Amino acid sequence: MTNPVVTQRLTKRYGSLTAVDALDLEVRAGEVYGFLGPNGAGKTTTLRMLLGLIKPTSGEVRLFGVPPGRPGHLARVGSLVEGPAFYPYLSGSDNLKAMARHARVGAGRIALVLDQVDLTGRARDRYASYSLGMKQRLGVAAALLKDPRLVVLDEPTNGLDPAGMADMRLLVRRLGAAGCTVLLSSHLMTEVQELCDRVGVISRGRLVAESTVAELRGDRTLRIVADPLEAAAGTARDLIGADAVSVRDGGLDLNVAPGRAPEINAALVRAGIAVHELTARERSLEQAFFDLTAPDPASTPPPPLTGLKTEQNYV
Amino acid sequence: MFDDIRAEARKLLRRPAIWTLLAVALTLSLIFTYIVPYAGYAGGTSGPTADRGLAAMLPDQLVGNAIGGLPVFLGALMLILGVLTVGSEYAWGTWKTVLTQDPSRVRVYAAKLVVALLAALAGVLAVFAAGAAASALIASGESAPLDWPAAGDVLVGIGAGWLIAAMWTVLGALLAVALRGVALPVGLGLVWLLAVQSLLSLIAAPLLDWVAQVQKGLPGPNAGSLVAALGGGTDTPGVEAVVGGGQATLVIAAYVIAFAALGGATLRRRDIL
Repeated sequence: MTNPVVTQRLTKRYGSLTAVDALDLEVRAGEVYGFLGPNGAGKTTTLRMLLGLIKPTSGEVRLFGVPPGRPGHLARVGSLVEGPAFYPYLSGSDNLKAMARHARVGAGRIALVLDQVDLTGRARDRYASYSLGMKQRLGVAAALLKDPRLVVLDEPTNGLDPAGMADMRLLVRRLGAAGCTVLLSSHLMTEVQELCDRVGVISRGRLVAESTVAELRGDRTLRIVADPLEAAAGTARDLIGADAVSVRDGGLDLNVAPGRAPEINAALVRAGIAVHELTARERSLEQAFFDLTAPDPASTPPPPLTGLKTEQNYV
Repeated sequence: MFDDIRAEARKLLRRPAIWTLLAVALTLSLIFTYIVPYAGYAGGTSGPTADRGLAAMLPDQLVGNAIGGLPVFLGALMLILGVLTVGSEYAWGTWKTVLTQDPSRVRVYAAKLVVALLAALAGVLAVFAAGAAASALIASGESAPLDWPAAGDVLVGIGAGWLIAAMWTVLGALLAVALRGVALPVGLGLVWLLAVQSLLSLIAAPLLDWVAQVQKGLPGPNAGSLVAALGGGTDTPGVEAVVGGGQATLVIAAYVIAFAALGGATLRRRDIL
């Protein structure tokens, strides 16, 4: 079966600037794929090349095996790239009617997609009178007109209030559950962490990582604060090996599965060591993102104080 | 492509600016072809068109009067129509929304041109209708004969008017694609149509023979020549028999095809940013 999205050495140059550099991307059927990258990394340029809006300098794009410019390239592809754009003097419904004509889709789909994005009540109002969130929802409605098998969403929760963001996440989940492939570009790590099966990270035009969210976050570790620290380090080294133990910031970082926490805790107590803190830690997706995309170690932002980090206290 | 034409027709017909253009076209046409000359005639004042008098406003002059504005001011409005039809897609960023629905670029562009040209035809017909009504009113008021031009002449006039209107409309579309917007294409188009053409015709051509020769191939002078060949008064701005009517028709038709093809090729080739 042909993958919904395949790019091979996809490159876009603007003069001396290389916006996308030999990008090999593969999105599999039925998955929700997160496309991450800092501003200016080349995400939107890549999405526009996928959709045939801009032409690659070199390399290839295939959506369901069909290259841009060929009939049917976007036949079952819906998209919302760089925000919604519609005719301000037309109503939401009339905008969708015009788009449905271009897409050769029956008018029956319009009521359905308006209902899907909860915009039926304002469908007859002029687009110019819509709030940013309503415009965004109309953009998603247009993306769904063709009952797509692949949906490309570029920052779909931009401008939405918390309830709207939750609705959008629910919609993406439903699309994924219905077997639709979703390519989701987002800055919101929680969104990607929550929704995506796999993630591709792009930095300065190059794909720097592609894996599942769990793989990207890496192994979970244990953090121990104990007294005396050197004695605790020795006990831990005896138990799990010297390479897996490092002393840092007044505590121990153990590169070991959190499931071994009770065993390690018992060994430390038996050795007469006071254990003040024993915490399972994993790298947040945000931290992984910063690690992958930071220009140099000195400019890497500090780890977040709260939020994404998952912690389970054993002591 | 029929679906794309229907989509474009919906966009155009629902757009208030298009109806404003039509209203302005009719108003200007009536003011400068009938109302001002009639006021001058009725008041007995002298002026550049006073010698034509009442005869110039009667129904038998309908064809020349109706298409007389197309080389300049009606042409400018047609150019704006073309720019708005295509350039607004850039201004509103809607090209991406349209093109990701999977029509080909050339198909959408062709649909836009078809709809814009039909709108231009409607504009020409409206000017003819308004002119007919105004001339009939004047003839009745002055007890002058209601002699209408032959149906064939009216049809030829409508065809010629549509051809000239099509040239300016398609030029507007081409400028919109080339400059990817609305404001600059309208500005530059109007500068060419209203200023540069007049400067070439009134100042440069009488002084330099090669400019006079180049004039014979330019859009404006050919539009003016076609209007002159069909009875347009040469005292109307832009109306002058620089070349014969047959040559003017061929040149204008060639411009329509060239502008349309160039616009389509440019849109197909360039990135949608």
